[in-house]
Amino acid sequence: MQTHLKKRVEIVVEYPALKRLLDRLDRAQVTGYTVIPALAGRGHDGAWSSEGLAGDAGRMVMVICITDPARLDPVLDEVYAVVARQIGIVAVSDVQVIRSEHF
Amino acid sequence: MNLFELAAQNLLSPMVLFFALGLAAALARSDLTVPEAVAKTLALYLMLAIGFKGGAEVAAGGVTLQMIGVMGVGIVLSFLIPVIGFALLRAFSRLSTVDAAAVAAHYGSISIVTFIAATEIVRGQGLPFEGYIVAVAAVMETPAILSALLLARSGQKAKPGREGLGPLLHEVGLNGSVVMLVGSFLIGWATGAKGLATIAPFIVDPFRGVLCLFLLDMGLVAGRGMREGARHLSPPVLGFGIVMPLISAALATLAIWPLGLSPGGAALFITLAASASYIAVPAAMRLALPEARPAIYLTLSLGVTFPFNLSLGIPLYLALAGLAAG
Repeated sequence: MQTHLKKRVEIVVEYPALKRLLDRLDRAQVTGYTVIPALAGRGHDGAWSSEGLAGDAGRMVMVICITDPARLDPVLDEVYAVVARQIGIVAVSDVQVIRSEHF
Repeated sequence: MNLFELAAQNLLSPMVLFFALGLAAALARSDLTVPEAVAKTLALYLMLAIGFKGGAEVAAGGVTLQMIGVMGVGIVLSFLIPVIGFALLRAFSRLSTVDAAAVAAHYGSISIVTFIAATEIVRGQGLPFEGYIVAVAAVMETPAILSALLLARSGQKAKPGREGLGPLLHEVGLNGSVVMLVGSFLIGWATGAKGLATIAPFIVDPFRGVLCLFLLDMGLVAGRGMREGARHLSPPVLGFGIVMPLISAALATLAIWPLGLSPGGAALFITLAASASYIAVPAAMRLALPEARPAIYLTLSLGVTFPFNLSLGIPLYLALAGLAAG
């Protein structure tokens, strides 16, 4: 089966910044994204867990977005505008997709 | 009942003991947990119940000049306390301007769970209180955030990527806990005693049990925070977590002296002023001052000030209320 090269952008970000990040992705006209709750982890400030938290600070989420390589830079510019000052990680990797027109 | 008897009685209440259980379990690295969705549901329930009951009581008593006065004093204190806290932190600790402002914001705002625990203690003493205090809690939530932002940004140039105050105020004002509390208060106000009677089996009878479960969770979160975050707190910052509530309580006692609140109402108002936020303000700080380290302000607010207020602070504020009450 024929596959097509795309870019997968993974963003792990604090929950309070999620709305702003999704607004930016919409502004970059990405064709879609998926938000996944993160359960626990460890970073520069030590371990964290979402268990039992009644508030949103301290909660992390992952946003996965697949885009065409030609549109990667504008997407990353928008993402960076939000995450530059927040706790989080941005990773970009190559992926193969089956339906190129979806991205 | 004197202060020591009150403190002893409070320390042996199911609420405080469940909190202590959670704290001990987390510090001992037990695998006891409360799922995130359950914790959120419990918080929503508590805000619904306390908001609705407060609104129903206002429906019975009506809007008074005293109510407007107490709300006004609450707003002024919420602006003022961060300024004092910020000055203390800058003078006695090595926290940066941004960290000091973020910590100060937590102490100017309020902890609704501390407030709810205090209402149970006040009720346990057989003291009535003004129902509108719930509305005072709601209006004291946000001014401290603005105050802290002004402190953090004073003398700094605008940074690229920094959002204006408008979007932040929108997000803070429409924070789920604020919407739930204010919305339930308004529904309680609109439906009054009849509305309260309709849902009393849901919001009155199970209230204390749910509060115990929520405080167990708070203990677990506080214990985990202390385990992971204690290394971020220097002795002056740790001391601030105990001293600042006492300063705020003293200020609140003086501020409401002329307003003639009942002893129960005064105790709750003082508790509001002395409490430190750990739900609404941390989320706002992550947006407004992301350079500030959450390990400092969350650990201090939840791991130091909340246990202090829950165990010793509230009985002390009840005693202070005896001085301030009309």
